[in-house]
Amino acid sequence: MIAVGNREQIFLKQSLEKSKDLAHRQKMNHALKQSDDAFEKGKGQFSDLELARDWANAIKRDAIMQLDTYLCEFERKFTSRGGKVIWAQTADQAVEAVKAICSRHRAKTVVKSKSMVSEEIRLNQALKDGGVEVVETDLGEYIQQLADEAPYHIVAPSLHKSKEEVAQLFVDKLGTEPELRPDQLTQVARKVLRKKFREAEVGITGVNFLLADIGGMVLTENEGNGRLTTGFPKVHIALTGIEKILPSVHQLSLFLPLLATHASGQHITVYNAILTGPRKADEADGPEEMYIILLDNGRTNILADPTARESLYCIRCGACLNVCPVYKNIGGHTYDTTYSGPIGSVITPHLNGLKDNKHLSYASSLCGSCTEVCPVRIPLHNLLLYNRQQSVAAGYNSGMEKVMFLTWKKMMLNRKLMNAGSGDVKNWVFKVFVSKIWGKDRELPMFPKKNFSQQWKARRQQK
Amino acid sequence: MVSILEGLGCEVCYNPEQTCCGQPAFNAGFRNDCRAVAEKFIGDFNAADPIVAPSGSCTGFVRNYYGQLFQEEGPGDGEILPIQKQVYEFSEFLVDVLGVTNVGAALHAKATYHDACGALRECGIKDAPRKLLQKVLGLELVEAADCEVCCGFGGTFAVKFEPISTSMAEQKVVNAMKLGAEYIISTDSSCLMQLDAYIRKHKCNIKVMHIADVLASRKGRH
Ligand code: SF4
Repeated sequence: MIAVGNREQIFLKQSLEKSKDLAHRQKMNHALKQSDDAFEKGKGQFSDLELARDWANAIKRDAIMQLDTYLCEFERKFTSRGGKVIWAQTADQAVEAVKAICSRHRAKTVVKSKSMVSEEIRLNQALKDGGVEVVETDLGEYIQQLADEAPYHIVAPSLHKSKEEVAQLFVDKLGTEPELRPDQLTQVARKVLRKKFREAEVGITGVNFLLADIGGMVLTENEGNGRLTTGFPKVHIALTGIEKILPSVHQLSLFLPLLATHASGQHITVYNAILTGPRKADEADGPEEMYIILLDNGRTNILADPTARESLYCIRCGACLNVCPVYKNIGGHTYDTTYSGPIGSVITPHLNGLKDNKHLSYASSLCGSCTEVCPVRIPLHNLLLYNRQQSVAAGYNSGMEKVMFLTWKKMMLNRKLMNAGSGDVKNWVFKVFVSKIWGKDRELPMFPKKNFSQQWKARRQQK
Repeated sequence: MVSILEGLGCEVCYNPEQTCCGQPAFNAGFRNDCRAVAEKFIGDFNAADPIVAPSGSCTGFVRNYYGQLFQEEGPGDGEILPIQKQVYEFSEFLVDVLGVTNVGAALHAKATYHDACGALRECGIKDAPRKLLQKVLGLELVEAADCEVCCGFGGTFAVKFEPISTSMAEQKVVNAMKLGAEYIISTDSSCLMQLDAYIRKHKCNIKVMHIADVLASRKGRH
């Protein structure tokens, strides 16, 4: 755990490093340009994307406003078919529940498909500590696991690695031939993973949507590893935040294309599965036991706040990261949070504490690109502003900043004060007080000799 | 801006006592300080006349945030105040209200237009400045692929997160230069100030120009 109060300094240090790292910039710009192009093309499938977003927003609003009702409906239906629902208020409770299931089944190997919630609760480490081998089966996640790194992006975990870097990683960790092509690397991973799928006693997945009306969960993925994770092992455990609920299966006709397009520019993701319970007596395959862990872990704090609540509409498509110039420049790890990018900066202060995470809400130029793209219309940059207000109201901002805005207010309430001092004097003041924080790569802005108000008066007198 | 508006037959009033819309404090989270300044702002203007600002950022702030600012805490945008419908960004006012695109300006140069975030995303201004610039005699307008990407200013962001802010400015300037542009033109001085700060420090061969200055230009080369 990092010492309190240091997170901001570490963030600043990391962001300086990454902003100046030109190789990183090039990789990020390349990867995000590709996702941008794909999105531009993919969104053509919507005859009216704005309307689709309005609709999605309305559905998620309903879902979140009646979260309790829908979750209970989900539980009733899901359990009626033999599925088991575990409510976890904290990360620890969720981890303990997974560990208990694993030990009941004497699991030695667990295969996992992509789950950000598992990152949030630090599941891999906990299982490893208990002697269970955990294998990530999503290719990007597998790469990150080999590199012993957290995901760099909520949808594309190894987005920041070039194909050459991945090839080298495989050489170092798996002893492959050097300089393999991406398709060859995929074959290597496939071979390793197939074996693990057969060995594993338990499969763990995330969830893309929970469906209240039919008591089902939706898994959407492109590699087929999710199906193997849910199909091969005897036990399937799904992890999800409580906000993933949709009232009805019928709404998937909107949400699946919306998610696919915003996540990867696809019209629809390759594999989409609705799971409604464990294998029945007359069925040929599927797990014998199916668990779903519904995780709160601070989400009800967000639910209780009428303004912040909208951030629970998130479907984790990653689009706001893709368009964010700050994310692009500093990369995913600088945030040092489970969820990076705009949505991460919005929710992390509510999930993990405002005091230690308020800097994330300030680390934005408020350009609004995130709000512009979000498929469920979360007003992300307004929520960053809201977090800033909360931070000021809680007294977390520095004394200097308070004095600065008090002085500013005084001047702005009195034009004479604002006019005081010629342009030259203001330039001098800027040089003395602002030059340090303005950095070495920019010259200071210059004030004109006369401000507009003074020029205006002179102009009127001439007339 | 004043001379162009007067040239188009507008009577321009200016209250020399006016100061600021309050946005800097709001964006830093200092809502109460902002509110005091915003109250003064509302009182500084004649309620009947349109208010024209050479900035999409200030316009967007008044238009989109004043309602929320003056309501009690809580979600939503608050009640819409008359002043929110009164404010216009300069290029938007010329094109959408006055219906003018040719103001008789001339500037013999190659330039690229930067979509300021406030103008583009808060006010939805995309075409108006381009329509005006296309009518400027001698001006060759080239579009940058990253024309909608933020310049990195963002108020206190520019000093609190200086390295990120500067990297953003750098990429905007470099990309504009790659196009062979001599000027970066925008609706907002804050963006231009940010880009200019990078340009002057690195002695880049490119300049910034506010759209009002372009439209007031009659001399060919500026
Ligand atoms: S906040 Fe919106 S854009 Fe960002 S990940 Fe969530 S749904 Fe996607």
